[in-house]
Amino acid sequence: MNNFYAWLGVFLIVVTSTTGDCLLARAMKQVGDLGALRKQSGLGQTILRVLRTPSLMLGIAFMALSFFSLLFALSWGDVSMVGPASASLTFVANAFAAKLFLQEKVDRRRWTAAVFVAAGVFLLAG
Amino acid sequence: MTPVKYFVLLGIAAFGAIGDTLLARGMKTFGSVAPSQIFHLFSAVLNPYVFLGIFFLLAFMSAYLSALSWADLTYVLPATAFGYVFIALIARFFLHEHISPIRWLGIVLITAGVGFVAGGPELSSTKKTSEKETPLTTTGVRP
Repeated sequence: MNNFYAWLGVFLIVVTSTTGDCLLARAMKQVGDLGALRKQSGLGQTILRVLRTPSLMLGIAFMALSFFSLLFALSWGDVSMVGPASASLTFVANAFAAKLFLQEKVDRRRWTAAVFVAAGVFLLAG
Repeated sequence: MTPVKYFVLLGIAAFGAIGDTLLARGMKTFGSVAPSQIFHLFSAVLNPYVFLGIFFLLAFMSAYLSALSWADLTYVLPATAFGYVFIALIARFFLHEHISPIRWLGIVLITAGVGFVAGGPELSSTKKTSEKETPLTTTGVRP
């Protein structure tokens, strides 16, 4: 049962952090290039505009959920399993989500990179 | 891609790695927190390592959001993974820790993955390309 809860935790981490990353990416695309915006309207206005974007706040809320899912998973499973499994699966899930929800053109180059990075993180963190 | 943008990507990897390392170091000296004393976690902020770690993670978040404003998520994420390589290299060359062949293989795979993405365009989505073609005017209104 411990194993089931640990993997449930990993699943929750992957879902919440992928949702959070996609929401942050969407929010920042809505705001536009921060460098150009800062030159145009100053640092204060740029920060205000970022903080006023609703999907950014939602993204941060999902990142917080992901953090608590990590704590939940770590309370049932070993860090040597939970850490690499959740990190590497999140990279692959993000590539799918970016293609589906953000309309990013995930070409062969980016798929290869996602798989290489996921495998590398698994080996390095394991 | 301008040199400044490459620095932002490097900042994501470096600030994230340094922030995580500082938090881990701080929490080790702070000690374990029982679920019944969960509010005790707030006083962990007073630990100098945790305090400094939070500063680095705020810098990481600023660089991450800045990069997401001009690049795809699938372009920026491999850069965050490069932080793992930074931590491993810091452990090897500054803390003189042993790195197993399996971990070296992990470093090679992440570096290759980051190299693949960095060789391509940073922006791909149709939505963004159209935004690029019709930039906002100074009043913030799309013409």
